[in-house]
This record gives sequence, structure tokens and C-alpha cells, in this order.
Amino acid sequence: MGKRFFLLLGLALLGTAVARPVQLNGAGATFPYPLYAKYFSVYHRLTGVRVNYQSIGSGGGVRQLFAQTVHFGASDAPLSDAKVAEFQKKFGTDPVHIPTALGAVAVIYNLPGVKAPIRFSGKVLSGIFLGRIRTWNDPQIAKLNPDLKLPPLPITVVHRSDGSGTTYIFTEYLSKVSPAWKEKVGFGKSVAWPAGLGGKGNEGVAGLVRQTPGAVGYAELIYALQNKIPFGAVKNRAGRFVTPSLESVKAAAVLEAFPADTRVSLTDTPAPEGYPITSMTWILVYRDMKANRAVRNRAEAEALAKLLWWVVHDGQQYNEPLHYARLPGVAVQVTERNLRTLTYGGAPLLR
Amino acid sequence: MNANLRRRYLRDWLMQGLVFLGTAVVLVPLLFILYYVLVQGIGALSPAFFTRPPAPPGEGGGGMLPAIVGSLVVDSLALVLAAVFGIAAGVLLAEYPDHPLNPLLRLVVDVMAGLPAILMGLVAFVVVVKPLGHFSGLSGAVALALLMIPIVTRATEGVLKLIPWELTEAGLALGLPRWRVILSLVLPAARGGILTGLMLALARGAGEAAPLLFTAFGNPYLTFNPLEPMDTLPLKLYVYAISPYEDWHRQAWGAALLLAAAIMAASFLARRTLRR
Amino acid sequence: MPEWIYRRLGDRLFATLVAVLGLGVVGAALLITVVLYQGSAEAFRTFGFFGFLTSSVWDAVRGVFGAWPPLLGTLITASLALLLAFFPALAAAIFVVEMAPRWLREPVAYLVDLLAALPSVVYGLWGIFVLVPLVRAHLELPLFTWAAARAPLLVPLLGPPTGIGLLSATLVLALMIVPYASSLARDALALVPQSQREAMFALGATRWEVVRRVVIPYARAGIFSGVVLALARALGETMAVTMLIGNAVNLPYTVFGPAATMASLIANEFTEADTDLHLSALVAVGFVLLLLSLLTNLAATWVLHRLSRKEVRR
Repeated sequence: MGKRFFLLLGLALLGTAVARPVQLNGAGATFPYPLYAKYFSVYHRLTGVRVNYQSIGSGGGVRQLFAQTVHFGASDAPLSDAKVAEFQKKFGTDPVHIPTALGAVAVIYNLPGVKAPIRFSGKVLSGIFLGRIRTWNDPQIAKLNPDLKLPPLPITVVHRSDGSGTTYIFTEYLSKVSPAWKEKVGFGKSVAWPAGLGGKGNEGVAGLVRQTPGAVGYAELIYALQNKIPFGAVKNRAGRFVTPSLESVKAAAVLEAFPADTRVSLTDTPAPEGYPITSMTWILVYRDMKANRAVRNRAEAEALAKLLWWVVHDGQQYNEPLHYARLPGVAVQVTERNLRTLTYGGAPLLR
Repeated sequence: MNANLRRRYLRDWLMQGLVFLGTAVVLVPLLFILYYVLVQGIGALSPAFFTRPPAPPGEGGGGMLPAIVGSLVVDSLALVLAAVFGIAAGVLLAEYPDHPLNPLLRLVVDVMAGLPAILMGLVAFVVVVKPLGHFSGLSGAVALALLMIPIVTRATEGVLKLIPWELTEAGLALGLPRWRVILSLVLPAARGGILTGLMLALARGAGEAAPLLFTAFGNPYLTFNPLEPMDTLPLKLYVYAISPYEDWHRQAWGAALLLAAAIMAASFLARRTLRR
Repeated sequence: MPEWIYRRLGDRLFATLVAVLGLGVVGAALLITVVLYQGSAEAFRTFGFFGFLTSSVWDAVRGVFGAWPPLLGTLITASLALLLAFFPALAAAIFVVEMAPRWLREPVAYLVDLLAALPSVVYGLWGIFVLVPLVRAHLELPLFTWAAARAPLLVPLLGPPTGIGLLSATLVLALMIVPYASSLARDALALVPQSQREAMFALGATRWEVVRRVVIPYARAGIFSGVVLALARALGETMAVTMLIGNAVNLPYTVFGPAATMASLIANEFTEADTDLHLSALVAVGFVLLLLSLLTNLAATWVLHRLSRKEVRR
């Protein structure tokens, strides 16, 4: 009786050990969280692999990747050259950037009585956010919008107060198009804003803009679309006024020279149809996954590589229903090459 | 009635009015907020909300089961930790007033109470997550317990000090040793205040999301094991509230309502059992 | 001898157990201090302790960090909120213990404690969607137009009447700390011996006179403890303040305009800080908050000490 009991117990333990599904942990950016929730839920149904992604912020995600508490990190901004060098020195392998989707930052506003989208240029946007253009009927805005009757309302600037990829993209764009902005403020996830109110998160900014007549702010395009907040058209490098949409965002990433490590800034894109305040979002992994303490065995490394392959191929179909732009073909090709270089202890993970 | 007396009565009447007004100033916004939470959250509470794991945006039918279970586990662990350390520290402060540890203890407890929750998360990360090498419900419980201990200690000390000394004297006169007097006479007499403290502490801990981001972490899959990453209601509330999707917003309000209702129910039940 | 074990050993064991657990709390606090100090070392090394405290530039892009603006913001919001919350909190405690009919006591006490049960995010959301429009339309705009017409000197002091800023954040903060002050005050009032009140009533005192002359003085220490706890809570409160204060780290602050507190600054930038110096500066802000908390508590201890000494003298 005792013998049989232990035999059964042993079998049961073995059973759980074998059947125990692979669980991968990831952490990082908040912006793609809903999309990743969708990806990983579908992927779980398809393969049984459990992926636990938590949006603790891009900075947090990168730090956890360095602390080796997660299988992968996620970030709205690529690692800086200094960070890449630090990574290589610390772990003896490269960080690999896997783009998953494109996002855009919309310029949102609250201007009662104005129906058509307001047109902005980089210079005007930087003037507004520097606090130099103070009213809506300022000649600089009026010149871009000859058909609109702009009220003499004071402009209330609203910006993100929390460090965010959205702020990074927006200020990086302003730094590219306005020397005054670059010199006075610069770009980053948190900057020293010369003017305006700070709202926490997209919903904080949107809430403030909605409630304050004359307010102007910026938010993720998804947020503006889902919550039906009016947003403006922005003049791109080719001189066209482009409203952000899934098409104009995807167009911004069609570059002739797409860099091999995918660390590319898409703001102020040269693409004629592209919306100029556009960016990619990335998943970050170790090229040789054995260097990451969180990856416990080859099975986990393989599962992660297969997951990433799925994300940039079949997974892409889930982007647009959730208002994220898909990766253009050129980005997928580059990423495929990068995925094939993933290894575990030197042995490649994908064939 | 002379003028002096009339003035005193007038003053009495006036001050009682002010007290009443002050109470109303506190309660009216509360009712306002409760109503707001109720209206926003009631629509999200369906059977699926309590029995299903979360669903991606747009799919509908998702629920909060892992977060509800996770909150129960993490919060009870934190409450136990906070109760053990907090009540003991309160007893030390109030019943052993000459203990050499006391001046320092009182000071550190009050200083701890003034720290933002996110820093407690940082400490739990350094002390629990780093050595274990992975996120866990337990590390979240440690972070919350650090938040809760000062409230429990303060409440316990405050109430114990106000228990008349005669009670202790009576106990000692009956020939009971000191520890029995404390355990069987003083603490039971103070249980109302201690319980208020525990409930305040629970309320404070159970609503915090920031320290859980990099400790309990979150987990869309149901787990009862506090050594694994765990979901909690405030974390889900926070993440869903900042998302752009309508159906997630509704669920965030549902989580807020559930959280408030659960804490209300807990403190209500605690008070009821006490009165028996 | 069982009697000996029961008494001597029991007492000693119990005292030791309590002391060890108390030591655990002290240890936890020291741990917090060490973790924060280590985390902030880089920022203090770069800017110097006093340089960090007194500089009012906070610019993550240039890597220059000074804690003065958020420190000032914390001082202002916490003290104003405490001032606003104290009398209503005390009133609610007096109402429950001294005035309310028996059937109303428990529910009111329960409701006041419930204020502490709502997650801080909920206060923030309610603040944005309900309180801010009210404050803007019925408090800030009238005041602003009045000042613009009658007292133009006040205008720069008031700042833009957008509803988001110091004023709204302070109002919500005041509401949030009421239960902490009120529940300790209530316990203290409830434990004033009935005989004290009866003696006063027998002398022909009115109800208010009893409260004012006997009950409050007797419960003074308990009320003060509640105030200290509420102040501590106000210093550390994060989410609701962050959502309502407008988060501008630029001085000077105005009454209506945006500001920042130490806790809100940490909450805003902690998860996205990507340079080591930035992260270290944020932890250093936490360390400064710890020091501030330490200072206010030392002051409170001193006051409490004086309160009890006066009692003896009388």
C-alpha cells in the first residue's frame, strides 16, 4: 500500500514536472501593454506557453532586463549607445531590439467651435510648448490655417508629467525641427517644461485638455482615437500636412536605409506620406540568452525565440484592430535576420 | 435667565452647530465619492468579473479572478506581518514605557509613516526580489507591511495608553503576572482601537499600486503561490485606468468599487464581531 | 516550579518577545534608511548634500537635479492640508463621542474611517472629474476675476485659474488625511472617564463647556498623536496629489497654479528614469523626505513632551 502510494505520488510529481507549461516573464513599456496582452492571450491559446507581461514603464523594463529578473524587456525608446556598451561589457552579449508595432503622438486640443483639424508645423508647435505663442489667433498659427476662424483664446499647454515614451517621441521631434527647443529644453522621457500643466499619464493629459477650453497637449494616437479627442495635422519634412492615422504612421517607417539593429528614430521622417511624430516600440532580449539568469534552460530560450518570431509575423494581424500600426515589410525582414542570430550557449535557437 | 447664562447657552448652541457642520464637511464629499464610484463601477460587476481571468481589450468577458485571489493572499500576508510587528511594537511602547528601545522605536515608526509607498516597494525589491531572483506576491506583502506597521503601532500605542491604569492594577492585585494582565485584560479592553488601526492599515495597504509594480509584479494566470508573481486589484485598477480602452476603464471602476466594498465589509464585520 | 515558570519566566519571555519584535521594526526602518542612503549616494556625491537641497533646477535632460521645488511643494501642501483637515476631523470625533444620538455614532464613525478605505487613485480620478471643475468654476474663477478688478497685485500670486494645481491637490489631500486624525482623536475622547464629564455637568456646565474644558484637555495627547499621523500621511501621499497638482517643478509656485511635491516627483519619474544619476536623484528625494519626516517627528515629540509637562505642573 505504502509502496503504491509513493509510486503514484512520484508519477504525479513527474506528471506536473513534465506538464508544467513554460512561463516567460516580461516587463516594460506601458504604451504597448494592451497589444501585448492580446498577443500573449492568443499565443497561450495556440501553444500553451504562458507569457506574463507587466507594464512597469520602459525605464523599469530596461532596469529589470539588466537585473535579470525577466526574460525580456520592452521599451518605447531604443537603448542609447552608452547603454548598449554597458550591456555588452556586463553580460558579454548584445541586446537585441525586436520592433513590434508603430505608434504616433497626436497633438490634441480643445477649441470650441473649430471643426476642421488645425494645422501645425514643427516651428509653431515648439513656439507653443516653449510658451512663446500664447493665443490661438497668433499670426503664426493663423498663417497655417487660413480657412479657420481662430478665437483669441489663451493657449493652455498640457504635457505629460510622468516620464514616458510619449514625451520622449514628442520632444525628440521638437528637438529635430526647432533649434530653439533643442537648445532650451532638449529631449528625454522627462524634460524641464518651460510652460504649462503636467497631467499624469495619457488619461491625465486628455482629462486636462478636455476640461480646459483653449488647451493643447499631446497623447498617443490610440488614446485620441479611442476617446474621440480632436487632433491636428502636422507638416512633415516633405511639406505636406499629414493627420496621424494607421496608414500615415506605417508610411513613416518605410525607409530606404533601415538600420540592421532597428534602433532608428522615425520622427521628422523623410517619407512623403509619413506622419512626422512617429516611433516604434521594441521588445529587448539578450542575443545569447544563457547570459540572462532569468532564462533557466534552453526550452525557455526556444519558447521565447518562437514567440518573438510569431509576434512579428502572425501576431501583426492583431495590431490594427487595436489601433496600433503594423510593421512595414522592411522592418520585418531586418527583424527576421536578427531573430536568427539568437542563441543559447552559442547554439542558434531558430532554424 | 441672566445675560451671562444666555451667552453661554448661545455659545453652546453655536459650537454644537459648528461641530455638526465640521462633521458634514467630512461626510458630504465622502458620500459624493462613494456615489461616484458606485455609479461608475456597478456596470462592470458581472459573474465573469469574479470568475474569469483578464481578457485583452476588445474581447470582452474578461474578469479579475487572479487579481482578486492575489489581493486576498498578498493583503492577508501583509496584514499578518503588520499585526505581529505593529501590535508588539505598540505594546512595547505603551506597556513598557521605560524600555531603552522606546525613544528610537517611536521615532522610526513615525518617520516610516511619512514615506511614500513607492519607496517601500524599492526596499522590498532590494531585500526580497533581488535575493530570490524573481518577483513574488511575498515581496509585495513585505512592501505593504512596511506601509502598514506604523499605522498599527501608532493605533495600538495610542489606545493602550488610554486604558486606565486601574485595570492593570486590578489585574496585578488579583495575582496575575504582567504578561497575563496585558494579554487577557489590557489588549481585550483595547481591541476596538487596535482593530480600527488594523483596518486603517489594511485600507491603506490594500489600495496601493505603486509599491507592487516591481514586487508583486502582476500575473494574468491564476496562482495561489505567494512565491510566484501575483496580480492584485489596485495594480489592475491602475493599469486598466491608464489604458485607452472603454471596456478596461469600466473594469477599472469595477475594481475600485470591489476594493472599497471589500474594505468596507471587512471593517464592518470586524466591528460586528467585536461588539458580540 | 510551575508557579515560577508562569510568573518570572512568563514575564521575561513576553517582554523579550515584544522587544525582539519591536527591534524588528527598528531594523526595518534602518534597512529603509540604508537602502535609500545607498541609492542616493551618487546624487549627493555629484551635487553635494546642501547643493542638492537648495538648488531649484530639476532638469533630467541636462542631468541637473535640485530638490528645493518639490521640498517646498511638500511643505506647503502638507501643512495647508493639515490646517484644513484638523478642525473637521476633531469636529467629527467630538460629534461621534459627545453629541450624536447612540444609533448614529457607529455609522458616522464607520463612514469617517471609510475615507481611508478608498484607494488613492480613486480620489485622484474623482478629483479630476468632479472636484477640479467645481473648484475652477466656483472658487478660482470668481476669486481671479475679483482680484483682476479690485486687487491686481494679487493676480501673480493667484496664478492661472485652471482648477489643476496646489489648491485642488491640497483640498483632496485634506480630505484624505481626515480619518487618520479623526479616528485617533475619537479613541482618545472615548476613553475620557465618564466621571470627568459628570463632575462638570454637575457644576452646571453646558455640553460645549464640558467638551472644551474637560474632554479635549484630557484627550490632548491622543488628539495630537492623530495630528502627527495625519501629517505623516500628508507628507507621503502620492497618487492623488500627482493627479491633481499639475506637476510643475518650476518656481515660483502660485495659489492656483501647478506645483510638485517630493512624492509626486518620485511617482512621476521613477519608472522611466534611465540614467543612473536621475534614478539616484529620485531616491535622494526620497531620502530627503525621510529626513523631513524625521525632523517633523522630532518636533512633534518635543511638543508632546511639553504637553505632558504642563499637565504635571497643573
